[in-house]
Amino acid sequence: MQKALAPDIWTWPEEPLQLIGSRCESCGAVTFPRQRRCPRCSKPQMVDLLLPSHGVISAWTTQGFPPKLPYAGGQTADTFVPFGMALVALGDVVQVEGRLTENDPAKLRIGLEVELRAVPFYTDENGDEVLTYAFEPINAGNTDDGSGR
Amino acid sequence: MSNEVAIVGVGLHPFGRFGDKPALEMGADAIMLALDDAGLEWGDIEIAFGGSSGVSSPDSVTGMIGLTGIPFTRVSNACATSASAVRQAATAIRVGDAEIALAVGMDKHERGAFTGAPSSMAMPDWYGENGQFVTTKFFGMKASRYCETNNISHETLARVAAKAYRNGALNPNAFRRNPMEIEDILNSTMLNYPLTQYMFCSPDEGAAAVVLARADIAERYTDKPVYLRASEVHTRRYGAYEVHASWAAMEENDAPTVYAARAAFAKAGITPKDVDVIQLQDTDAGAEIIHMAECGFCEDGEQEKLLADGATEITGPLPINTDGGLIANGEPIGASGMRQVHEIVRQLRGEAGERQVGGNPQIGFAQVYGAPGVAAASIFSR
Repeated sequence: MQKALAPDIWTWPEEPLQLIGSRCESCGAVTFPRQRRCPRCSKPQMVDLLLPSHGVISAWTTQGFPPKLPYAGGQTADTFVPFGMALVALGDVVQVEGRLTENDPAKLRIGLEVELRAVPFYTDENGDEVLTYAFEPINAGNTDDGSGR
Repeated sequence: MSNEVAIVGVGLHPFGRFGDKPALEMGADAIMLALDDAGLEWGDIEIAFGGSSGVSSPDSVTGMIGLTGIPFTRVSNACATSASAVRQAATAIRVGDAEIALAVGMDKHERGAFTGAPSSMAMPDWYGENGQFVTTKFFGMKASRYCETNNISHETLARVAAKAYRNGALNPNAFRRNPMEIEDILNSTMLNYPLTQYMFCSPDEGAAAVVLARADIAERYTDKPVYLRASEVHTRRYGAYEVHASWAAMEENDAPTVYAARAAFAKAGITPKDVDVIQLQDTDAGAEIIHMAECGFCEDGEQEKLLADGATEITGPLPINTDGGLIANGEPIGASGMRQVHEIVRQLRGEAGERQVGGNPQIGFAQVYGAPGVAAASIFSR
């Protein structure tokens, strides 16, 4: 069976798939994941907010070596497949850090449109497939942030 | 001048790999070197601060060099550990707790990128399980964005590393002392795009120590006191995207280095144009380039031409990381910022040998930056 890496940070398996953040009722600041106090105004008036599932890349890189523990991916240097990482602006709400489904630098750039996905991450000791959230580039051919690339 | 502080002694245990030698032994060596440099004895030190990430009780060093009963406090503040320890020692002098104080930094790290429990940085467990609790990934993100938006080429990144290895070759205390070609740096393994293996510093081992005195008595111990004109530590503000962050606000704010540098220059009454020798946190080649602008030494994007012109070389108008920086020295977290102080003091005294910058330097600047978003900027003058 499938299960979520962190069930409390997103709506999976419910549709539509969305990350769950929190919004400060006092000043409007938005965080991901949820937290109890506002990092801008310090007030404890945070309420849950479902975040947009569509966004654009505002910064990106690739992870070219297997992270040390507590990384759960389990690969060794021989089996590790580099993955893309990005900071994604979800609408005009908040920027969220997460994996990309694309790891080729030639296909990544600032301004690229992406959509939230649930992707297979690893198989745990019970044989269950653990899913994580990742952003998939969409409309790669017809976006332009003016960078000329 | 009664609350001014001067550095009267510096000592450095080489950075690198030293087998079974414990960090505390390296710290003891660095302390003795700094005391010798100041012509002081351990018994003259009235208060001490020990910077370390891995040594839980740096004051244990007193068992090796003298159980004198002084207050000796551990300081642990990520890559700003050393700068924070020096600042604490200076503050102790300024408030009148001591006339002579010592700061020492020491660490002995295992190989490979730093890691730990995400909860130690107020991050959820899944952040580490998902492969995001990796400092180098943040540096890749920041460098790729900076290069893409400011037209900095990957060759310019490689120039930073090549300079570091070249300067390291002139520094007998450095970890990496073999010059490397730009092509070889560019073609080494891509760790976090656009940063390759030889564009990163490595965690390693080492120690450094600084003896500080109230400025009005400094000339008893040295004929070349170096005054600590400012030492500012800032943490991240709302809107800054920093190391180990699962999110960032839409409204963007400057990085903590910008605030620390600005505050240090204001406090010292000095401008970036006045600085003769510079130390910047070059965790990676991109960080040095970005910190040049964040500290006010150039505008965003100017680095491409400045580096092509050799401006940041020992012989250039903006000499940066004359001892090879973190890239050539590696980073024992607790000692790294004190290595910077050691090099600035050697340069301002005219004692840097083959690495000596010309023109009788009068003013030095040092900056550090680390997780989860802490920066320090310090200004030194003759």
